[in-house]
Amino acid sequence: MINQEKPKAYWKENIRIVLILLAIWFLVSFGAGIIFKEALNEVKIGGFKLGFWFAQQGSMYVFVVLIFVYVRLMNKLDKKYGYDE
Amino acid sequence: MMNNALLIEAIGVQNWTYILVGLTFTLYIGIAIWSRAGSTKDFYVAGGGVSPLANGMATAADWMSAASFISMAGIISFAGYDGAVYLMGWTGGYVLLALLLAPYLRKFGKFTVPDFIGDRYYSKIARIVAVFCALLVSFTYVAGQMRGVGLVFSRFLEVDINTGVIIGMIIVLFYAVLGGMKGITYTQVAQYCVLIFAFMVPAIFISIQMTGNPIPQLGFGSELADGSGTYLLDKLDGLSTELGFSEYTEGSKSLIDVFAITLALMVGTAGLPHVIVRFFTVKRVKDARKSAGIALLLIVILYTTAPAVAVFARTNMIETVSNQPYANVPEWFKKWETTKLVVFNDKNDDGLVTYLSGDAFLKGDDGKFDFSKPNPNTENELYIDNDIMVLANPEIAQLPNWVIALVAAGALAAALSTAAGLLLVISSSVSHDLIKKMINPKISEKGELVAARLSAVVAVCVAGYFGINPPGFVAATVALAFGLAAASFFPAIILGIFYKRMNKEGAIAGMVVGITAMLLYMIKYKLGWFDDVLPDKSEWWFGISPEGFGTVAMVLNFIVSITIMKFTKAPPKEVQEIVENIRIPSGAGEATH
Repeated sequence: MINQEKPKAYWKENIRIVLILLAIWFLVSFGAGIIFKEALNEVKIGGFKLGFWFAQQGSMYVFVVLIFVYVRLMNKLDKKYGYDE
Repeated sequence: MMNNALLIEAIGVQNWTYILVGLTFTLYIGIAIWSRAGSTKDFYVAGGGVSPLANGMATAADWMSAASFISMAGIISFAGYDGAVYLMGWTGGYVLLALLLAPYLRKFGKFTVPDFIGDRYYSKIARIVAVFCALLVSFTYVAGQMRGVGLVFSRFLEVDINTGVIIGMIIVLFYAVLGGMKGITYTQVAQYCVLIFAFMVPAIFISIQMTGNPIPQLGFGSELADGSGTYLLDKLDGLSTELGFSEYTEGSKSLIDVFAITLALMVGTAGLPHVIVRFFTVKRVKDARKSAGIALLLIVILYTTAPAVAVFARTNMIETVSNQPYANVPEWFKKWETTKLVVFNDKNDDGLVTYLSGDAFLKGDDGKFDFSKPNPNTENELYIDNDIMVLANPEIAQLPNWVIALVAAGALAAALSTAAGLLLVISSSVSHDLIKKMINPKISEKGELVAARLSAVVAVCVAGYFGINPPGFVAATVALAFGLAAASFFPAIILGIFYKRMNKEGAIAGMVVGITAMLLYMIKYKLGWFDDVLPDKSEWWFGISPEGFGTVAMVLNFIVSITIMKFTKAPPKEVQEIVENIRIPSGAGEATH
């Protein structure tokens, strides 16, 4: 590897993406579904108490979206650094 | 039309089951013959050229076991809100897998998880520890699957459980030994289709019946179809409190325990070798990322339906049996009574089924309910097994016979696909990690393939033995499998990728401490082998159950690894270069020895 800077910069951006997405991952599941469940349960959408909904439905939908967002962001990042194939 | 409908009814549940199970089994065997493995690469990683969609489907089938298909909705229907630990735990792990593990392990380009641990930590001891964990995790898991196969056979086809296990063994043996990873991958694709169809059809029917909404995920948050204007969930909350249970949407576990169990299951999922190994089968790093997304999407279809099924089944169940005269109970009740999945004892002799909270029967010495001993301390007269919520659900809702038979085919697909994936991990651990990498490195490609097939045969027989003679602690050890994976593999792999300076001393110490802590806690608080009686909940550390202790053991592993690493020397330069290399996605090439 001749250019030492390029992989480092790539790695830094990669870590940033991962940390942001994991923060959302934590917020919807452990946050909305567990820690703040009681408070959110005061709100009702249809027959669902919101905290209960996040724990048994919402967090899972967000998980799927997170992975596809990650795939998109990483494919873009790979292109930017010429690592795509 | 009329004649067709009559004909379909006349075939009967039993024959429908034979037809559907027979058709699906023929399909699996056909695929196995078409995709048999010719090389070790075919056998371990399906040739390395599986498309992200096929790999996503295979991963989903691999992941969703008999427990996901049969037991999960039932567990949720009794646990209410607390059931969320399984829903979030068993899906959230895929986010960790996609973001933190799969792309890097694919780039690393070896066949197995112990391969990564052994090479990254330049140590035979690390590899042996990893092989030991992989075998322990996979065997405990696979025994449960074989049992699941046997149960489905015995309940739906009225053969003996042991005969069922043996039929299941032969089928798995056939395509795992012949096809290796390649055969397993393509049968799993078919099995995913069978199992998801089988799970969704009854759920959609029942959702329409109860709420008029064909989408179960929305249905269980809708108003009842009876025109009362009451929300289904409010009704169930009401019924639950009336019968002395806690409110369905509230649950009864402590916050810290829910937190710990969810995290342990997530991290454990990401650390399970039979899941990780699936990402070695795709061509490029970007395919590994994408197929993790597809896999989770396909899993979430079932996992978001399960809590809906749980609510439908529980409401139906309470309404059908609670306070009804025993003489008038529906046919399904009698049928499942013979299998002891439903047990009734009219303690107060009033001829009515009294269903309240509390155990209806006392537990025997083996920790299981003894149905000859009604529990005098509660008024509850009814024992209902978790599994019945999915298995009997179509009958409770009076759905047509072919739907009932479909559930049997789906449950078998779920159990067989998971069993096959686990058996492959076991056989490659033995033939690749033990024989090729440690005992006889000079073994030829052909010899290794023979060894892989032989170890698959042995593994199927061992798994079958445990399926026929299940040790009493199987249920406990499946939970242990997640805790073990969380406590051992996950930190070692994460640190191996994200912390270049992590060395073998740190990683080995961390894994050993993590596993030991997990095992000891489990033995003390789950199996109760250290004391005469099982210690009470109040003695749990920080109020965390054995199921959630994987989280504590994992944190312990991280702390020990990093501390030991600080006092020992950095890994050699080549290893640091491996780490730099796996962080760059391009040039993944093909998996090699």
